[in-house]
Amino acid sequence: MTMTPKRDAYDVVVIGAGPAGLAATATAAEAGLSTLLLDENAGPGGQVWRAIASTPVKQRDQLGADYWAGAQLVEMVRASSAEMIHGATVWSLDRNLEISVSVGGASAFVKARRVILATGALERPFPIPGWTLPGVMTAGAAQTMLKSSGLVPDGPTVIAGQGPLLWLLAAQILRLGGRIDRILDTTARKNYLAALPHALGFITSPYFAKGLTMMREVRAKVPVVSSITELSAAGDGQLASVTYAAGSKRETIPAELLLLHQGVVPNVNLAMAAGIEHRWDDTQLCWSPVLDGDGNTSVPGISIAGDGAGIGGADTAVIRGRIAGGAAVTALAPTAAAKLAPVATLRAAQAKAERGRLFLDTLFRPSIQFRIPQGDTIVCRCEEITAKDIIDAVAIGATGPNQLKAYRRTGMGPCQGRQCGLTVTELMAQARAKTPQEIGYFRLRAPVKPITLAELASVPTTEADVKAVVRG
Amino acid sequence: MFKRSDQDTRPSVHIVVDGASLVAREGDTVSAALLASGRDVRRLTAVSGAPRLPYCMMGVCFDCLVTIDGVGNRQGCLVPVAEGMRIEIQKGKREIGR
Repeated sequence: MTMTPKRDAYDVVVIGAGPAGLAATATAAEAGLSTLLLDENAGPGGQVWRAIASTPVKQRDQLGADYWAGAQLVEMVRASSAEMIHGATVWSLDRNLEISVSVGGASAFVKARRVILATGALERPFPIPGWTLPGVMTAGAAQTMLKSSGLVPDGPTVIAGQGPLLWLLAAQILRLGGRIDRILDTTARKNYLAALPHALGFITSPYFAKGLTMMREVRAKVPVVSSITELSAAGDGQLASVTYAAGSKRETIPAELLLLHQGVVPNVNLAMAAGIEHRWDDTQLCWSPVLDGDGNTSVPGISIAGDGAGIGGADTAVIRGRIAGGAAVTALAPTAAAKLAPVATLRAAQAKAERGRLFLDTLFRPSIQFRIPQGDTIVCRCEEITAKDIIDAVAIGATGPNQLKAYRRTGMGPCQGRQCGLTVTELMAQARAKTPQEIGYFRLRAPVKPITLAELASVPTTEADVKAVVRG
Repeated sequence: MFKRSDQDTRPSVHIVVDGASLVAREGDTVSAALLASGRDVRRLTAVSGAPRLPYCMMGVCFDCLVTIDGVGNRQGCLVPVAEGMRIEIQKGKREIGR
């Protein structure tokens, strides 16, 4: 059964049912605010707790304690007065806090007094030669299939990249009896030294012991090659082999599946389309929204919580969600605010959860050759535009991502720049000897996800709407 | 490429892919069911006709585009399978009306 929003206006609308969105919803609903939670997936959990209410993986230790930690929050939201709608794709949010959402092929429109964006993160593009070949996927894709459908790789499989998720995925695949032939670790050798000054924060964080145990578990079963400096995929219409270089060593290994991962970045499309100011983050190498301590954006009434506010991980996301939810309660129902968790307590918890982040960001800073491709390597997967195409466009006058659209249509395909945007910005910045901040990003607009013309045409119109466009 | 876990005891869901029947599991997305089938489910892109399979499985890459019950360009990774659902693998550009 397809659910649509029961009302046309809410105190709070939360977008995204991952850790931050669930926490914000629980906080707002508990304070008595009318709260609507819209989520694109079939069930709650976002990416990190994906399919938490439906996973076929029954042996709980295979997914790990951090996964099951989400169950309590899902229960809290389900038991609350909040409406939670899944399969709901928000395609527009504007400065008047009006939201357009597509559910089951029809659009509904709701107005909010406060909007909390919890649209999370997506995987950073990993534009290597051959990354569009069938059989090359993100590590997150494999993890999604593992969690929601109990699927694991069973042919020759290579995992390449860096960062905590890569090791977690490898451990989960092995625990479920899946196959991994090789792990190619792209962490740059120089990053270890650069990260050293931040090591104390990491060692005293909860990630340290967990990470070490997991890496040991994986290394006992899978050959790992470190300090990979070159990586490419090849095959005729289907992945057949992966070639890598590590120092002077170069090898080509057969593979049917290549899983890529070099960290996650904020999913900015909806926030940017709403006109929220973002700035280039030189540490995390991505666009992050400009926020105050409560997660408020440059657009009054809209706040951002979770990884969409800058990558912080699931524990941080929950706290940011509670802070943003609490800010909504304080603004809309001041009398209920007294019952909220004290802000000082939340801020202390946030500081603790963020401990070690700078170490991880520095250690796992992706190398330039894996961020800024050259030659025939595809940058824009949708329009099939290569790095050379973009450099050529710069040479004849394209100044930034938005001009480049007119030259090469980059970012104008169905993914709307989600897979190429960061690469385009960094590539053009390098080519024009400017900073990514100076080069800027695609100007994003609604609908942020494609909807059919039929759906748009069947939207109910008021007399005023008709008068606005019909002459006479 | 992928195999199902022995622990998976979810009920079967029957779908039709390019006219052939395929058994999926309740809770699978269309893309997961296609990848789990072991069949050649590569689509061909609208721009150059290059073969592709799903890349991100989380709704951002659009490489899973598929025709579902006659509606083209659906994101297969976001749509759960349903009994009797008809899937067509997209070969190149969409035609008007579908």
